[in-house]
Amino acid sequence: MNPSFGVVAITLVCVVTLGVGALGLRLSRTTSDFYVASRAVSPRWNASAIGGEYLSAASFLGVAGLVYSLGADMLWFPVGYTMGYLVLLVLVAAPLRRSGAYTLPDFAETRLESMPVRRLCSLLVVSIGWLYLLPQFQGAGIALTAVTGAPSWVGGLIVAVVVIANVVAGGMRSITLVQAMQYWLKLTAISIPVFVLLWLWLRHGAPQPNVPATGLPQERHDWSRPLSGFGGRDHPVYAMYSTLLALCFGTMGLPHVVVRFYTNPDGRAARQTTLVVVGLLGLFYVFTPVYGVLGRVYLPSLPQGVSADSVVLMLPTAISPGVLGELLSALLAGGAFAAFLSTASGLTISVAGVLNQDLLHPWISARTGGDSVAVQGFRVAAVGAVLVPYAVSQLSVSVGLADSVGLAFAVAASTFCPLLVLGVWWRGLSTAGAATGLVTGGLLAMSAVLVTVAGGVRGGWVGALLAQPAAWTVPIAFLVTVMVSLATPSRIPKGTARTMVRLHTPEDLALNRSPG
Amino acid sequence: MSGAGPPEPARRVRVTSPRRGAARRGPARPVTTEIDEQTGLGEVYMAALMRAQLRLSVSVLVAAAVLLATLPVLFLVIPATREVRIWLVPLPWLLLGVLVYPAVALAARYYVRHAEAIERDFADLVDVGEPDEWT
Repeated sequence: MNPSFGVVAITLVCVVTLGVGALGLRLSRTTSDFYVASRAVSPRWNASAIGGEYLSAASFLGVAGLVYSLGADMLWFPVGYTMGYLVLLVLVAAPLRRSGAYTLPDFAETRLESMPVRRLCSLLVVSIGWLYLLPQFQGAGIALTAVTGAPSWVGGLIVAVVVIANVVAGGMRSITLVQAMQYWLKLTAISIPVFVLLWLWLRHGAPQPNVPATGLPQERHDWSRPLSGFGGRDHPVYAMYSTLLALCFGTMGLPHVVVRFYTNPDGRAARQTTLVVVGLLGLFYVFTPVYGVLGRVYLPSLPQGVSADSVVLMLPTAISPGVLGELLSALLAGGAFAAFLSTASGLTISVAGVLNQDLLHPWISARTGGDSVAVQGFRVAAVGAVLVPYAVSQLSVSVGLADSVGLAFAVAASTFCPLLVLGVWWRGLSTAGAATGLVTGGLLAMSAVLVTVAGGVRGGWVGALLAQPAAWTVPIAFLVTVMVSLATPSRIPKGTARTMVRLHTPEDLALNRSPG
Repeated sequence: MSGAGPPEPARRVRVTSPRRGAARRGPARPVTTEIDEQTGLGEVYMAALMRAQLRLSVSVLVAAAVLLATLPVLFLVIPATREVRIWLVPLPWLLLGVLVYPAVALAARYYVRHAEAIERDFADLVDVGEPDEWT
């Protein structure tokens, strides 16, 4: 493949990202600008920004890769990614905004009035954020290798550098602009090639997907059939339901998603924003599986050592060798880089915010007697937030992109989902209950993730349970939170009634919303 | 509340206290004060609001879950549904790849409309402002 188009597209995306980021630079002066764009972002911009931030490597490359290698059941991934926002909308969107929390630890502190629970949440935000950043760097490596043949560490490094530059210089305001633009860029990049490729496919006489026989006689056509266990996964029905559960309930607990809710002016706008997000995501996900299907038609087998996640990028030249294919491939590579950059920026902002607020800032204040500049701490934290997962991404065994993102969702669903849902809807939630639930859910889900990523158990029920832990970790986390809360009624925060007023009443009512 | 409508003067009856000499009652306390001071009445209003909101949320979630959960069951129980093709596309792919999304968006829109209606009703109930409107 001629790499020059791809290099131009990727460079363009990086330069435009930095340029738009620099535009917002003049506007971000104080800390509140840095964190939440002064809360002056309209629902439509906000929704585009959420879409831009949310559509990651897993969505842009991973879904097609999964559909390509594992078939029809993988269509549940994008459905789950979208459903996650419906669940978020219905259960927590407006209350989360009304809580006035910047971050998940802020929410925990407001609702539970407890510093230990806050610190637990900070720890989890950093863990989930890093877990989610890993596949972004891996994806960038895969994409750059597929387009230019560069070694896989280069792609990740480019993303790391651009994200650090952007976040350190501009903060959230520029990021909101950048993110909103990224959504439309990604939609263009994923949809235009689909139309061209489908047209070419029809002109070729609409050949059907071609799945090489795997030895077992009746398995030949099972790729296109749901719940067939194609690809050698055990217990496909369990795996499907468990994944769906993780995606539906994990979205609300992703660190970069929550921050976006604070940039809405009020709870009502938060709902409107989420509604638009559901539409934008659905629009995007209609296109992604097409690459997996056409991949089965035109790329019946991948060269040794090439990840299925690069199917999206290889498809155009496979269908139409020549300039057209290369242009489309370059467009897709640009879109993929937009995906890595935007998701990584959003995650970096949230992880850096938490690192700064809960680790760095107290430490610096203790050293300097409290008159340090908060923004400096944020910048240092941003560099750390990017470099650690980048380093790990160079070490870890590569799990499929969408799979490893799925694990981040599973951890979020087992920890923050019980905290948020019970925190918003149940007056009986006690500090002790919330803390035990977070620890239990976090430990269970994290151990399952570690065993899976390390390649511990494969196959059988144990393997399936560990690879898709949400179906058992989420109920256990809820149960533990509720049981411990019921056993410790004295640890229910004193301000619960007032907090509930704040979370559930419209802002324009003249009610006392002050904490405590 | 929305059902009040324009007042009809013809049906208005003047009610006078039999004890004209008695001291007049002070202005009725607005509900917002009851909620702020966390009185029993305020708690009742808040509990009613949260119950209405939660009922809406749970019903939307249950509807979505039933719809989604029945798809795999349908494919398992009636294997023929996996083979149906509409134009070139197998039915499961059409359902999961395309039709799910408008359905989710409609559910979200339904929720937003009703959630806003609940809050409007609550605001009307609580913000009835001046006590003399109570007659």
